[in-house]
Amino acid sequence: MRHLARLLPLTLLLGSVLVGCAPEGGSGVQSAKLSAVQARGKLICGVDGKLPGFSFVGPDGTYSGLDVDVCKAVAAAVLGDPNKVEYRDLNSSERFAALASGEIDLLSRNTTMTLSRDAAGGNGLSFGPTTFFDGQGVMTTKASGITTLKALAGKPICVESGTTTELNLADRMRELNVAYTPLKFQTGDQTYAAYLGGRCVAVTSDRSQLAAKRTSFPKPDDHVLLPDVMSKEPLTPATVNSDPLWSDVVRWSVNTLFQAEELGITQANVAAKVAEAKANPKLADLRRFLGVEGDFGKQLGLPADFVPKVVGAVGNYGEIFDRSVGPKSPLKLDRGVNRQWKEGGLIYSPPFR
Amino acid sequence: MPSTPPSIAPAAAPPWWRDRRVVPWLVQAAVGLVVLVAVAFLLGNLVRNLTAAGLLLTWRWLGQPAGFDLAETILPFDAGMPYWRGLLAGLANTLRAVLCGLVGATALGTLAGMAAFSSNGLLRGLARVYVEVVRNIPLLLQLVFWYFVVFLTLPNGAAAFQLPGVVLAKSGLYVAGLAEGLRWQLPSLVNGVWQSPIRLSVEFAALLTGLIIYSGAFIAEVVRGGISAVPKGQWEAASSLGLSWFTTLRQVVLPQALRVIVPGLNTQYISLAKNSSLAVAVGYSDLYSVAETTLNQTGRAVEVYLILLGAYLGLDLLISALMNALNRLVQIKER
Repeated sequence: MRHLARLLPLTLLLGSVLVGCAPEGGSGVQSAKLSAVQARGKLICGVDGKLPGFSFVGPDGTYSGLDVDVCKAVAAAVLGDPNKVEYRDLNSSERFAALASGEIDLLSRNTTMTLSRDAAGGNGLSFGPTTFFDGQGVMTTKASGITTLKALAGKPICVESGTTTELNLADRMRELNVAYTPLKFQTGDQTYAAYLGGRCVAVTSDRSQLAAKRTSFPKPDDHVLLPDVMSKEPLTPATVNSDPLWSDVVRWSVNTLFQAEELGITQANVAAKVAEAKANPKLADLRRFLGVEGDFGKQLGLPADFVPKVVGAVGNYGEIFDRSVGPKSPLKLDRGVNRQWKEGGLIYSPPFR
Repeated sequence: MPSTPPSIAPAAAPPWWRDRRVVPWLVQAAVGLVVLVAVAFLLGNLVRNLTAAGLLLTWRWLGQPAGFDLAETILPFDAGMPYWRGLLAGLANTLRAVLCGLVGATALGTLAGMAAFSSNGLLRGLARVYVEVVRNIPLLLQLVFWYFVVFLTLPNGAAAFQLPGVVLAKSGLYVAGLAEGLRWQLPSLVNGVWQSPIRLSVEFAALLTGLIIYSGAFIAEVVRGGISAVPKGQWEAASSLGLSWFTTLRQVVLPQALRVIVPGLNTQYISLAKNSSLAVAVGYSDLYSVAETTLNQTGRAVEVYLILLGAYLGLDLLISALMNALNRLVQIKER
């Protein structure tokens, strides 16, 4: 029994170690995710990886696109370097599990914000500001002669499984009382391969995605988008619900892109603007935004000069849009509702105050 | 004087920690306790973490409307029906593929396995090439090949392959049959889409082809092994009685070979059932495909995977039980 008595403290110690295994809540001031990313020295960002304009691996192995630039902006804000990002290609079925399990820090993968994805009782995500306002469309071949949704009656339609697209298609077709055959595939590659193989008369997805994919088709001009817009698809970067401080970092990194465009700060002139703000104490708004005065960076747990670093790394939202999906890209998408609010669009950053 | 043997002290009972009746029990109890504590700790950790993430198990979502459609089902299903109906329709589709696959793979495998003993050299060679090529290529690759390379390059619409009563088009296989009102109906082209009473989608056809050809190769090897296990003397005896090759095989060799074949078949059948979950790669709405959509719409990952695990485990245990019953039937009855 003496032996046991001697072992008792050890047992207690072991017990307390096991108790210490309980997960830590996000109640502290410091964000667990932010600390983890800073300690790791790189941001792990979930993207599509196969969608021209949004996230696409070029011939030299580098990622580019609107979704990718959001990853870079967050990396620039947190780590001061837009290249300290590790990308994970995810299909639409994997993406939420990858985020929930902590495998990725940020999901920037043309993901539609919806109530059930946001709610704790659903997927439990936390959405940042919407980076692209999209709508669901239908693409078909010119040769099919189809111009309306009703003409798709009885026809097979290809769709990626696990997307809002899949549900919207079911809803709209039920409303129109049109019977159809949904052919579901796990990845975008399979979906478009089946469409190009002629298995489906039409393929449905976000209109931007259809336009993007069309550019990589053998004969892009043989395919047309129907005029119908079947749904609202606000494509939005997302983080997990359980770390609101990390969500704040992502939210304001993205807002930085919007605000920079509104203030006319570009990748080219950001250094000059910082110099101008430093020289002129009267430009209070600009000084606060660029971190010359105030402590916005500190409040978020970021460096004071995170704004110039973000804009210096990827430019403002307008620049990103133009080079990724706009006039300077093969997609040539119109800004449409993705204009600044002052021009009648929906891109609006809350004040940096 | 003979020396007296050293007197042995009256046998003192050994201390309890050296008692052979006690020690094994103590060891068993200690191991059992460690396992129990480990399981309890892991389960407790799981529940605590799931609670923290707001993901504690709940099954109420099963009754909510699914909101998605399925391309082809045996059980009627539409977007207004609850999730559990969708999962059930998916299970029925899986069972359909597995049952058809089992029958087809067994037939093909038996033929190919028997062909390995044919007196025709060409047939022997073909069987060999089939087995070696097919079983050394991953099934997923074969499925994608059948679907995208073979079936999706079939002509469509009016250009489809047409035989009397049968049409093979890009959208599927159409066979004549009895339509409503017991009318005999041939496949017909309506508005650019083929219609017929019996219809097999290309997704199902690609899955079935892939499963049958892949599992058939393994079954051929099992059958070949079983036939090889029958002593050569049996062949020679049958031959000297004047029985033909086929009669020898059917009446003499196969009944004996079955004893060796059935346990091996069991393994192949179970693999086939599990492999059917690759259907998602070719767009066939099986249980796994429906479950994945459900998971995405509801976010109930743990519950959906539990259902999947349970369904495939149940299916495989059922196949196993049936095959074991068959095994008892063909075994040598020793009395």
